[in-house]
Amino acid sequence: MRRRWLAAVAVSVAGLLTLTACGGSDDKAAGGGQSGQKKVEVFSWWTGPGEADGLKAMREIFEKGNPGFTFYDAAVAGGSGDQARALLSSKLQANQPPDTFQGHAGAELQGYIKAGKLEPLNFLYDELKLKDVLPQELIDQISVQGQVYSVPVNIHRSNVLWFNPSVLKAAGISEAPKTIDEFIADLGKVKKTGKIPLSIGSQWTAVHLLESVMLGSLGTDAYNELWTANADWSGANVTKALENFKTILSYAGTPQEDWQPAAKQVADGEAAFNIMGDWAYGYFHNPPDGGLGKQSKTDFDWAASPGTDGTFMWLSDSFTLPKGAPNRDGAVAWLKVAASKEGQDAFNPKKGSIPARKDADKSLYQDYLAWDLDQWASAKLAGSIQHGVVANDAWRTAINDAVGLFQQDQDVAKFQQALIAAAKNSGQ
Amino acid sequence: MTRVRRWLPGLLLVTPSIVAVAVFVYGLLGWNLKVAMTDQHDEISQGSFVGLENFTAIWDQERWGISVRHAIVFTVVFVGGALVLGWLLAFLMEKGIRGESGFRAVYLFPMAVSFIATGVVWRWLMNSGTGERAVGLNSLFHYLGLDFLQWQWFRDPDWGMAAMAIPAIWQMSGYVMALFLAGFRGVPDELRESARVDGCGEWQVYRHIVLPMLRPVTLSALIILGHISLKVFDLIVAVSGKQIITDVPAIFMWTAVFDSHDPAKGATIASYIVISVAVFVVPYLVWNARKGKRS
Repeated sequence: MRRRWLAAVAVSVAGLLTLTACGGSDDKAAGGGQSGQKKVEVFSWWTGPGEADGLKAMREIFEKGNPGFTFYDAAVAGGSGDQARALLSSKLQANQPPDTFQGHAGAELQGYIKAGKLEPLNFLYDELKLKDVLPQELIDQISVQGQVYSVPVNIHRSNVLWFNPSVLKAAGISEAPKTIDEFIADLGKVKKTGKIPLSIGSQWTAVHLLESVMLGSLGTDAYNELWTANADWSGANVTKALENFKTILSYAGTPQEDWQPAAKQVADGEAAFNIMGDWAYGYFHNPPDGGLGKQSKTDFDWAASPGTDGTFMWLSDSFTLPKGAPNRDGAVAWLKVAASKEGQDAFNPKKGSIPARKDADKSLYQDYLAWDLDQWASAKLAGSIQHGVVANDAWRTAINDAVGLFQQDQDVAKFQQALIAAAKNSGQ
Repeated sequence: MTRVRRWLPGLLLVTPSIVAVAVFVYGLLGWNLKVAMTDQHDEISQGSFVGLENFTAIWDQERWGISVRHAIVFTVVFVGGALVLGWLLAFLMEKGIRGESGFRAVYLFPMAVSFIATGVVWRWLMNSGTGERAVGLNSLFHYLGLDFLQWQWFRDPDWGMAAMAIPAIWQMSGYVMALFLAGFRGVPDELRESARVDGCGEWQVYRHIVLPMLRPVTLSALIILGHISLKVFDLIVAVSGKQIITDVPAIFMWTAVFDSHDPAKGATIASYIVISVAVFVVPYLVWNARKGKRS
């Protein structure tokens, strides 16, 4: 009898302990940095090859300059940060923000800004005189009612046309297409040779393709206007752009699992063209450990995507200052490193991107990155859709749905209606 | 005192689980339903009560119709396929195959694998490249000279979800086999004997004696598979990610909550998933309770 009692008590106590343990551990994590060295929790999704190395390089600079703080790497794995953002949004809702977190600069942060989760960083911009070293257009495009909420660390380019020179040569194409019409003609030429004219990956790569085609069809000013208050999504020029998208998509090969297998088809000479952001460069160029080890200009080559020469469709990873950050001073110290020339020049060559600052050390950036840096300094700017610059999350998701449905039924009129509705309902 | 002694230890034992279930299952279900009946379409606003508006409005969305259709196709193919294959395996085992326990283990093993791992492997096996670019199963068909069998697998616009059910069938049919095998073994030999004495052929023995006695097992298998199928998320994410072409309600729910930041819509979809599972489970519980009373 007594034994049964003991067992019952033991089991129920153990059960209660496990229940309460969930609550206890969080408190510990939040309060752990109070004593001794102060911990700075930096939340990112940089865990892959290249990007993790870049983060480490910035971390070394940070720790050297701030002996009073210890860097705590709270990176969450997962391409383009899907998982990281899901975790982040639950942390922010529970009012347990990390000290600073990574986010795409631009409209993607709007939800957080509206919810009052972020502190404006104008004070930091003034203190560091960032307005003098970042392009004015960039600052305009990431400001919300005159306030800036993040510090851009790097710049990626979205509108890049990657191609295989020998496949083009075999199809009788001498240089990369300059306009959308030339592009469509070239796709037809490649098709006759039996190669895949345009390789494509999963659904989001189709959205990525759409943004480049829209920019190329509409022109920079009309494209940028689509994201302002006087946007007109029902115009004939949008219809034309979507018709172009449909034609171009009809030349696409079987969708691959993701962007890498699609890019690989170009590198392997199975496909002629691929439109992907410039992270593809690292994949093409890096040694076989994380890349394909291909020679630039001979095995693969690039140009601005058709009709977008002179415009840089950008996206940027940036760091923020959440309201109620447990260690605000530490976070500000981190942001200063992230904004500095030294920090950006340490991070970007490793990550395979270029600094947002105009005064970067050009000798560090070779090959594609040298071309990229050159363009960044001179080109007009347009923001990416898929990578969170011009459309907030709700809008971007609605565009993704519309593209997914369009891939099934190829109905341009319905597609345009869906895009009009997406713009109206976005609440942006 | 003695009476207290009899029930108190038992109660103490189950109290933690009662509390946990009350809070984390029924409490959160209720909360979810509450959110689903508000117009909280972003993470900031408080949202006010709108009744069943979200539940009707969602049917106007093309994506919802597609994901429901996909879930139905997936469920029919997966549940049907796993039941038939599982039954067949159990039937063969029951015939007294040599090395039965070895086979049993082999067929049961896939169940130990998570849907994510299954998905990663089958994503490669079901690669949609055909002809020169075939990999995985398509290239196997090519080597066997069965090129006409090559197809787009889960990228097929009409039957893609049926292809998506194949890995699930692979994974769960061993489990169904184990259930049926236990069912077969539960049929007393005397019954079969007497049927044979009465002049039944082997087929008739199965038709009139064994199958009716397997009904409860079939029902349990149906319910277990059915609720897995209606909630399926991990397998599809691992095979194809978040794409309309393989969209199901659980994936739509994820995009609604974490991509669109629309809690009310996410909660509405979650409620529909719970309701659809309940359609499977509740009749079973009722039937079970009645049977319990009768015996």
